[in-house]
Amino acid sequence: MEYTLWILILPLLGFLSLGLLGTRLKGKSAGYIGTALLGLTALLSYFTAWQYFSMDRVDGIRQALTPVNWTWMRFTEFLHIDLGILLDPISVMMLVVISTVSLMVHIYSLGYMDGEKGFQRYYAFLGLFTFSMCGLVVATNIFQMYIFWELVGVSSYLLIGFYYTKPEAVSASKKAFIVTRFADMFFLMGILLLSYFTKTFDFGLLCDPANQSIFASAAGKTFLGGAVLSWAMALIFIGAAGKSAMFPLHIWLPDAMEGPTPVSALIHAATMVVAGVYLVARLFPVYFFFTPEVLHGIAYVAAFTALYAAIVACVQTDIKRVLAFSTISQIGFMLVALGVSSMGTVEANGLESHEGLGYMASMFHLFTHAMFKALLFLGAGAIIHTVHSNEMSRMGGLRKQMPITHITFLVACLAIAGIPPFSGFFSKDEILTATFMFKPWLGVVMTFIAALTAFYMFRLYYNIFWGKPAQHEHPLHEAPKNMTGPLVFLALVTVVAGFIPFGKFVSSTGATYIIHLDMKVAITSVVIALISILIAWKFYCKGTSTVPAKMAGFFGPLYTAAKHRFYIDEVYQFITHKIIFRCVSQPLAWFDRHVIDGILNGIGWITCRGSLAFRWMQTGQLQSYALLIILGALILLCISLFC
Amino acid sequence: MNLLSIFVAIPVLMLAGLFLSRTRQQARIISATGASLLMVAAVALAFLFMAERHAGNTDAMLFTASAQWFPAWNIGYSVGVDGISVLMILLSAFIVFTGIFTSWNIDPLPKEYFMWFCLLSVGVFGFFISLDLFTMFMFYEVALIPMYLLIGVWGSGKKEYAAMKLTLMLMGGSALLMLGILGIYFGSGATSMDIMDIAQSTIPTALQKYFFPLTFIGFGVLGALFPFHTWSPDGHASAPTAVSMLHAGVLMKLGGYGCFRVAMFLMPEAANELGWIFLILTGISVVYGAFSACVQKDLKYINAYSSVSHCGLVLFALLMMNTTAMTGAIMQMLSHGLMTALFFALIGMIYGRTHTRDIREMGGLMKIMPFLGVGYVIAGLASLGLPGLSGFVAEMNVFVGSFQHADTFHRVLTLIAVTSIVITAVYILRVVGKILYGPVQNPAHLKLTDAVWFERLPVVVLILAIAAIGLYPGWIADWIHTALEPIVSRLTLAAL
Repeated sequence: MEYTLWILILPLLGFLSLGLLGTRLKGKSAGYIGTALLGLTALLSYFTAWQYFSMDRVDGIRQALTPVNWTWMRFTEFLHIDLGILLDPISVMMLVVISTVSLMVHIYSLGYMDGEKGFQRYYAFLGLFTFSMCGLVVATNIFQMYIFWELVGVSSYLLIGFYYTKPEAVSASKKAFIVTRFADMFFLMGILLLSYFTKTFDFGLLCDPANQSIFASAAGKTFLGGAVLSWAMALIFIGAAGKSAMFPLHIWLPDAMEGPTPVSALIHAATMVVAGVYLVARLFPVYFFFTPEVLHGIAYVAAFTALYAAIVACVQTDIKRVLAFSTISQIGFMLVALGVSSMGTVEANGLESHEGLGYMASMFHLFTHAMFKALLFLGAGAIIHTVHSNEMSRMGGLRKQMPITHITFLVACLAIAGIPPFSGFFSKDEILTATFMFKPWLGVVMTFIAALTAFYMFRLYYNIFWGKPAQHEHPLHEAPKNMTGPLVFLALVTVVAGFIPFGKFVSSTGATYIIHLDMKVAITSVVIALISILIAWKFYCKGTSTVPAKMAGFFGPLYTAAKHRFYIDEVYQFITHKIIFRCVSQPLAWFDRHVIDGILNGIGWITCRGSLAFRWMQTGQLQSYALLIILGALILLCISLFC
Repeated sequence: MNLLSIFVAIPVLMLAGLFLSRTRQQARIISATGASLLMVAAVALAFLFMAERHAGNTDAMLFTASAQWFPAWNIGYSVGVDGISVLMILLSAFIVFTGIFTSWNIDPLPKEYFMWFCLLSVGVFGFFISLDLFTMFMFYEVALIPMYLLIGVWGSGKKEYAAMKLTLMLMGGSALLMLGILGIYFGSGATSMDIMDIAQSTIPTALQKYFFPLTFIGFGVLGALFPFHTWSPDGHASAPTAVSMLHAGVLMKLGGYGCFRVAMFLMPEAANELGWIFLILTGISVVYGAFSACVQKDLKYINAYSSVSHCGLVLFALLMMNTTAMTGAIMQMLSHGLMTALFFALIGMIYGRTHTRDIREMGGLMKIMPFLGVGYVIAGLASLGLPGLSGFVAEMNVFVGSFQHADTFHRVLTLIAVTSIVITAVYILRVVGKILYGPVQNPAHLKLTDAVWFERLPVVVLILAIAAIGLYPGWIADWIHTALEPIVSRLTLAAL
């Protein structure tokens, strides 16, 4: 299956050709070239998926393939960075997700970005991003993943800052890059630590349950009271948390909405932000067998993030911000599912044991979420395109002017709220079931977050499509066909995706996993979601209800805090500007200029003074020289006479 | 004539040609031709070297030649190269070539400027081909002195102060170096000043303990070792563009090169024993330089402090004394050389247009001069270690190599050095965001133009070189590995 290399090459070609040709490409030709290349990439991904999943299993287990693996840089005898392609269920699934969403975004942008300055630059960056993201998911070793991890970071930076003359976009792109870089630093440290003991970067060796002797050298070693392996895996998770916007490293994601909306759909909703989830899933055997405490820690961090983001999402008024916080919250769901999971599959008769449910559910939710969240963002893009504003107050009653957007948006809202038979219901239900099995109280919390999700999504929905229409100078219109096309396609996927027997394709061990709906959990969550939707309907449908304002008044401080995202940004601002800049950088720079240079200049000054002191010896007057010579001669004479 | 002597001969001939030249155009043509010849010679040398290695020649030094020129003191002109020297010669040829084009419109006194520039190249190339300690030292001095005039006459800002400071500090380093070299020569009891001969005999450890610090600091001053680095910000900021390029790009590498070729190779016992002190100092350089760069307001100062940080990493990695980290150090020398030359070239071009280097007075330049803007972004990305560009491979070799050290102290220091990747991102993105993005700060800048051909040429050449190393590090890594073998094995042996 060497042809899978073309999945990487085609988008890269797109980046290079569009980037180098630049403005020489007239009109929309850059968009067509990019889209055509991406179309081929998508076809190749689908073909790969078809071929991979129709391959024979060995002992009922899907085997990982590495059709390409090439040593790129050799560090030591054992440690070397390979660049290659690893095909296993999750990487193939991710390839499908990335190329699908990316293709949709490419098509959609033909309409959305039409006439924008830098159209070809936009498509070049999209190509770069798709290349890097595909390279990330097919990584055969952790260092290759780190390489592409950095590359997606840069593509994200370039795309967030696409409107580079806008100061907000510039600072958002900077923030996104630096925050994720900060997390990546820990990722790198984790890699260093892990590889120091295991002497390998290779996922195949790290994640093979049969080959656990490589961890032996780390056994019993501790650092500051923690086992070194736990440190390593926790550090790697910090890297994952940075990309996947886990609390408190989430702050870059809402700001990243300054980028063009299709970019938010592709990068900041469907693909790049789930890289962290993917990383944890990729290293899941290591987490599960060697550092279960870290795995549980991940679950708690993720649950807290999910709750936090859901609360904040309830009070935001910028529709892209709501979606951004919703993304953070949903990624939290995926990581909770991984954190509570164990490895294994259900036996044919053992309906009670749900080992490995969380893993499967997490990947399933990743898949369904990518589709419906991309749909939501693209829908939001269509609305913003017409309304020219991100603010909910500038919308309202749009269902008449934008019927297609309305229906597709509704489908996505129902999916994310977890209403059957839409895809989100299935994946979310499995996550809740897995969580209940791990710790019932955590299950309750997650159900509550699911209810919040339904509420804020329908708050958004009613505010946009129902409610009081806002005044507009120009007539509102439905988006052009190249924008509604992707919406309809993604909506169809969202409707049917739930019925994919996902466990047949992806599971923690590679064996088939049969999903059983847990009726208790399913019914509870659906009822709660419906109640939440009802509340949202009551509050926002007519746009005349005064309850929300009263509620805001009642919750006073909490409401204000949530509106300001609990002041986390301010805390960061304080740390970076007041502490790092004022208390570290500036004093250091001052120290350099005044103390170190001061000493140096002092030495120079002393030298100058010193030579001044001896200046009288070199006056240039013959008489004084003669005097000195005579004096010297006399002294020498005395010495030779008397000694 | 020996193949390597060409590298000294070409700049000398250029000097003669420039001396005879009458117009600016003639001076330009002579310099450009000479620089191109150097480039061709360097590439040819690389190929010949590769062919020789392929043919199975495993000598430590290739293309050797030697002639006594001061027999009373056993001082000879002995030359020879290993993989590292070849790479350094290539780097120097690249920087000299691009530097000449960046100085295309130098004013005033173009002829004299190019002459000093050529003399500087004589020193640089001579240093990298020399194997004789004294000759090496002589070329080292030849490379330093012209800086004084180049900065003092053609510089900007506080140029007299900067020129004086730079020269005096480096001369101070040379003084220590001189002592160190004499110590090595007499301590070893060798009958020649040839490094490879001296390496045959051992210097008593007690003596090494005195002369290792002298030599290491002597070279370290040029390698921006904390706290002897302050010549760098002032010097780089005041120097004319091409001189900054050559100085940061190549001259600072002389420091690192000397540190391992002379200090560590000849005095391995002391290197092992005293290495930790310098490891701490270089660790400070790495983080301190990066933090200081965060608050600078002058483009050149930012780049100079960034050089302190990056060159600190070179010495840091050398002191880890294992093949991987030291390979990283050499790669970092190359990478930093190319990258910082690119930075200084671009800064020079921007300054030539806006007449300011203060980042507060610029903004939105990307729209006005997209070529320079994109070049600057690429240089920035290389500097913050984007995979696919040279900085990444160098840093990863350094970090992975250093972390393989058996000692916890070394590993903890490595983690501290790793933090620099974030701080670097902070200051790079700060500058990029400030001067290139955002709205246009000064309406007068709207009339400015983008780069012309003799400006585009060096930028493109440097970017290609950076990308070549970043995309395919395998070939240079092999050369470096082979060249490091004798050095690392001596160091390992001494550690036991």
